[in-house]
Amino acid sequence: MAILFSRIKLLHYRVLLGRQSVSSTWTPLGSTMIHSLFLINSSGDIFLEKHWKSVVSRSVCDYFFEAQERATEAENVPPVIPTPHHYLLNVYRHKIFFVAVIQTEVPPLFVIEFLHRVVDTFQDYFGVCSEVVIKDNVVVVYEVLEEMLDNGFPLATESNILKELIKPPTILRTVVNTITGSTNVGDQLPTGQLSVVPWRRTGVKYTNNEAYFDVIEEIDAIIDKSGSTITAEIQGVIDACVKLTGMPDLTLSFMNPRLLDDVSFHPCVRFKRWESERILSFIPPDGNFRLLSYHVSAQNLVAIPVYVKHNISFRDSSSLGRFEITVGPKQTMGKTVEGVMVTSQMPKGVLNMSLTPSQGMHTFDPVTKLLSWDVGKINPQKLPSLKGTMSLQAGTSKPDENPTINLQFKIQQLAISGLKVNRLDMYGEKYKPFKGIKYMTKAGKFQVRT
Amino acid sequence: MTDSKYFTTTKKGEIFELKAELNSDKKEKKKEAVKKVIASMTVGKDVSALFPDVVNCMQTDNLELKKLVYLYLMNYAKSQPDMAIMAVNTFVKDCEDPNPLIRALAVRTMGCIRVDKITEYLCEPLRKCLKDEDPYVRKTAAVCVAKLHDINAQLVEDQGFLDTLKDLISDSNPMVVANAVAALSEIAESHPSSNLLDLNPQSINKLLTALNECTEWGQIFILDCLANYMPKDDREAQSICERVTPRLSHANSAVVLSAVKVLMKFMEMLSKDLDYYGTLLKKLAPPLVTLLSAEPELQYVALRNINLIVQKRPEILKHEMKVFFVKYNDPIYVKLEKLDIMIRLASQANIAQVLAELKEYATEVDVDFVRKAVRAIGRCAIKVEQSAERCVSTLLDLIQTKVNYVVQEAIVVIKDIFRKYPNKYESVIATLCENLDSLDEPEARAAMIWIVGEYAERIDNADELLESFLEGFHDESTQVQLQLLTAIVKLFLKKPTETQELVQQVLSLATQDSDNPDLRDRGYIYWRLLSTDPVAAKEVVLAEKPLISEETDLIEPTLLDELICYIGTLASVYHKPPTAFVEGSRGIVHKSLPPRTGSSESAESPDAAPSGAPPSEQAAVIPTQGDLLGDLLNLDLGPPVSGPPVATSSVQMGAVDLLGGGLDSLLRSDVGGSPAMGGPGFTAPSAVMPANLGPPPSGGLGDLFDLAGGVGALSGSHVAPKTVWLPAMKAKGLEISGTFSRQVGAISMDLLLTNKALQVMSDFAIQFNRNSFGLAPAAPLQIHAPLAPNQTVEISLPLNTVGSVMKMDPLNNLQVAVKNNIDVFYFSTLYPLHILFVEDGKMERQMFLATWKDIPNENEAQFQIKDCPLSADAVSSKLQGSNIFTVAKRNVEGQDMLYQSLKLTNGIWVLAELRIQPGSPSFTLSLKCRAPEVSQYVYQAYETILKN
Repeated sequence: MAILFSRIKLLHYRVLLGRQSVSSTWTPLGSTMIHSLFLINSSGDIFLEKHWKSVVSRSVCDYFFEAQERATEAENVPPVIPTPHHYLLNVYRHKIFFVAVIQTEVPPLFVIEFLHRVVDTFQDYFGVCSEVVIKDNVVVVYEVLEEMLDNGFPLATESNILKELIKPPTILRTVVNTITGSTNVGDQLPTGQLSVVPWRRTGVKYTNNEAYFDVIEEIDAIIDKSGSTITAEIQGVIDACVKLTGMPDLTLSFMNPRLLDDVSFHPCVRFKRWESERILSFIPPDGNFRLLSYHVSAQNLVAIPVYVKHNISFRDSSSLGRFEITVGPKQTMGKTVEGVMVTSQMPKGVLNMSLTPSQGMHTFDPVTKLLSWDVGKINPQKLPSLKGTMSLQAGTSKPDENPTINLQFKIQQLAISGLKVNRLDMYGEKYKPFKGIKYMTKAGKFQVRT
Repeated sequence: MTDSKYFTTTKKGEIFELKAELNSDKKEKKKEAVKKVIASMTVGKDVSALFPDVVNCMQTDNLELKKLVYLYLMNYAKSQPDMAIMAVNTFVKDCEDPNPLIRALAVRTMGCIRVDKITEYLCEPLRKCLKDEDPYVRKTAAVCVAKLHDINAQLVEDQGFLDTLKDLISDSNPMVVANAVAALSEIAESHPSSNLLDLNPQSINKLLTALNECTEWGQIFILDCLANYMPKDDREAQSICERVTPRLSHANSAVVLSAVKVLMKFMEMLSKDLDYYGTLLKKLAPPLVTLLSAEPELQYVALRNINLIVQKRPEILKHEMKVFFVKYNDPIYVKLEKLDIMIRLASQANIAQVLAELKEYATEVDVDFVRKAVRAIGRCAIKVEQSAERCVSTLLDLIQTKVNYVVQEAIVVIKDIFRKYPNKYESVIATLCENLDSLDEPEARAAMIWIVGEYAERIDNADELLESFLEGFHDESTQVQLQLLTAIVKLFLKKPTETQELVQQVLSLATQDSDNPDLRDRGYIYWRLLSTDPVAAKEVVLAEKPLISEETDLIEPTLLDELICYIGTLASVYHKPPTAFVEGSRGIVHKSLPPRTGSSESAESPDAAPSGAPPSEQAAVIPTQGDLLGDLLNLDLGPPVSGPPVATSSVQMGAVDLLGGGLDSLLRSDVGGSPAMGGPGFTAPSAVMPANLGPPPSGGLGDLFDLAGGVGALSGSHVAPKTVWLPAMKAKGLEISGTFSRQVGAISMDLLLTNKALQVMSDFAIQFNRNSFGLAPAAPLQIHAPLAPNQTVEISLPLNTVGSVMKMDPLNNLQVAVKNNIDVFYFSTLYPLHILFVEDGKMERQMFLATWKDIPNENEAQFQIKDCPLSADAVSSKLQGSNIFTVAKRNVEGQDMLYQSLKLTNGIWVLAELRIQPGSPSFTLSLKCRAPEVSQYVYQAYETILKN
């Protein structure tokens, strides 16, 4: 039975959603998945709205603004916000809130995934996804959105297909269109739309046939005070850029496929083949795409490529504290650690810092208390360090929270999990493509507690 | 050159200028103008005035222009239905276009135009498009059926589109299949009873095949559809699971979660001894873990779902504790969720790690998070006995930080630990007492007072400590006051000699100077207990407390099972079944896990009155019906206290003898402490309470009809006297009694609202659930002034019959929700059918005869009306007052035959033949109606009218 005055009483989520009870009465309207979309910038202006069914008044966003106000930072705005007649699902990307309005019970992940796809499409179309760019291309944006969703059902979300339906703007095309009066709307049915390989259009032609694969691993870790690993995991992806003529059928095999026990594939990958032979067999989409993402879990031993030595001391009733950190390489398989960046949120009691780095640049913002140190490359012979003193607020006891150190770095030519591609073969076409594999390891959320 | 140029306008008459450009001869100019119009639309400007001009641009062979015009049409057609008709011809023409893209575009746009006049023209093109040779058009048309159904369901059924749609499930193209499934599930949701998605092994097989080939979004629809299927045995369940598991490796997290739902549901059917069961368990963990490396919004939804999965099948993620460790830059909503799951996964094996983490979190910056982390330490102590000691010492460390909110939170959880492990950690009391002064939150103060009272005999200066609280007694919050009262009484019972003065003082403060009834009651009870029988007092006040539950915040199992069926939906995010927040058709279908089907069926239907029983207008308070709503309401009351019932029976008896009905208020008012404990003071298991609450709600109502006075005024139909629909004890002091009436064509619900609570009530509102005849309030409940205690207000709420319709059982059941500033209350009542008899219910004689013959004899029902000593004419006039009209009267063999007709608000005619034997008080009533289910209720109406 339907319950009237349903109360969304979020007991312990009160903190999260603020609004303790929303008495809401839902009218059984058609179950359009996504009713409307609002794009909102960080200063709270709605700069684009798109409705797939009837027009929903933009006043519905007031509930969003309320939630935004309560959240201290944009990142903390809860992703699901109930209102009396709708739900607002939002994602925050590129300093823009993408707020979807839904009216019936739908899978929220469906909506959120779709919103991410919208963001990706904008980025793909316009190079960047920003308020300015969206406003500059508002008609294309509108056409694309219309093409992506019909009655709440996603219609075409593959950028390959979308680009055939609605051509992305280029300076050249804009000029040509103005002169010739032709349009940027394709008038042919996209070829890939309904074939067995919907992700690839037919009739692809290149003079240089090439296929590049980037194995990129991000390492997420929490390291405790003493330097031992609390948790570490690797998020890996294989991104591909394939520019091959015709309908190539590729297989990619690994030296150590057993590492990949938790994987998500692009729809082009033949799952059966992977299950039985541990080989990736696929007809690739044209252009850039993510072939595979994988996760090497905390249970396997994850090598930690860098360490941080730290000595941060606050003393009671002293206005001076000592600060010293040193960064050094650990298990890097002989590769250089570069692009190292150290950031740390210092406690409120720290008024200023006077530090000297052995290399790189550092800044401390006394307002936000954010310390950042752009280290650059680590030379194992001469480890970079940052030393100095902190001036503390006089008379207060020592801060109770310890600063956490955030680390960013990059290691070229290394997949920290040890994953290695064995070979790439192509079937179905006669020419000989150029093939390339690149490895890289980066820090994801890499945190060192002090 | 960018589109931003479309926003620049001259000051004078933007619309005027656009109009001119739209009517320009130059194609290019037209297109630019339409683009400007669209640009204005995107920023929410109203450009509907340009409708005719934009529609004029529609007939073009330029696809972009056409698309833009279509975009505009979809937005504004609703507001300009007459104008929209102008577009129809072009639509119909475009549906025949050789280019499939244009055919699809036309049928798609037409479906989006929610104007009745247009839908008529849509049918033919749609029929063609559903059978189009191009799959792109077919797939678009499939969605269009769902759109059309939303606008005009009847039309879709009449035109046979549903069957065509069903056929599309067997289409050769997987995209078409996916869209057909999506459309059918959408339609099925608004018609839960219809067997649209007729799932059988064959169609399931088709779906599974399509699953492999269609797009990610289609996969979600198919998986969600599969989840509704009930495999006939475990082998079928297993084979479906086998074919669904590859979806766990999909890059789209919504696909993954939908697949998890199917697996979690069908797993229920698999035997745990099966090898496959173990394999499946292992396969579920990695994808769930992977979801946690996605974007924070996805993580949040995933975590809410994992929270359910972990409660249902903890074994899946028991080794994955570490992935739930909090990163300091996670958004707060992710942090809180992770913490919750960490505690659920805490076990002896990993408790050391968990505690170290929690301690780390307790030094973070975010106050909410820190508080929750401290509470989590307490929950760990209660959950994993071996860790209790370490937890306590961690908490002591945290207390040493002197961070105010950490200390307070720590004290609250330590009190819970004392409850769980009595006489074990009392050594820390001294440390706690040091922090007494810094406590400023009621919960922490109450916890501390409880500790002092509970261990009064070991705290040398307990009396001094409690006395210090007593100074500002009236400024304390209620929970602190109650706690202080109980604690001092405990202290007195333990050390009677030194504390007599103190106890006198607190009793007088509580009973004489307080206007809080809970506090006063509790004070009096203690006072009387102490003065009459101190031994009994000791047994009551110092009774052994029930154990507190190990796991707190657990979702109740039946709800959990239902929620498992809703994995991946909003319901899973809110941990409430969709019925709790979506008032939609879906509400009727409760989903349940496979083996539970039988039991949940019967639990759903509201208690129908046993057949043959005399109709009585009993108000039923919904929670007693044992349906889901009741569970939900209970859920809000905090986790139930597990463990053996309190106290020995002799104590209970003694208490009841001594205090009569007052005890329950003592028991009930025990509000102190965290919900985990159910109150630190004297806690009774909830089962004891109802016995003290007086007679059950329905018992005291009596038969409505016995009470009837001379009401039935001539101006309208018979009005029954008011009966109590919602007793005060079920509604926090709000008593509602009422009745229904019909006066000159207007139905109203006459209500008497009495405030039997001690606080003022305001903000009243009323709402009905969907019901058989669409009864709905025609105006809001207008109670202008707040309702003071003991005040009664009489109000007549006009009703109409244009609300949503849903067949109820019994047919005249009406479920009502009433809201005030205190809470929302639900009750259901039965309305007499005669309020629905309309004034123009008199049928022509000829018509009557024809109709009577026309209705098949199976539809005839016969009833006896006994003990009604009225003449035929009196009967006739009495019934006419309630809109039952006598069409003809005959005398056959000394019997009077009355032929009567009446019409219900929804247009259903009921024909009656009433046979009256002169001298006999019994009548025979024969009813004929095309909807025979109403007959019984019409008979009840006859009874009611004739006997009053």
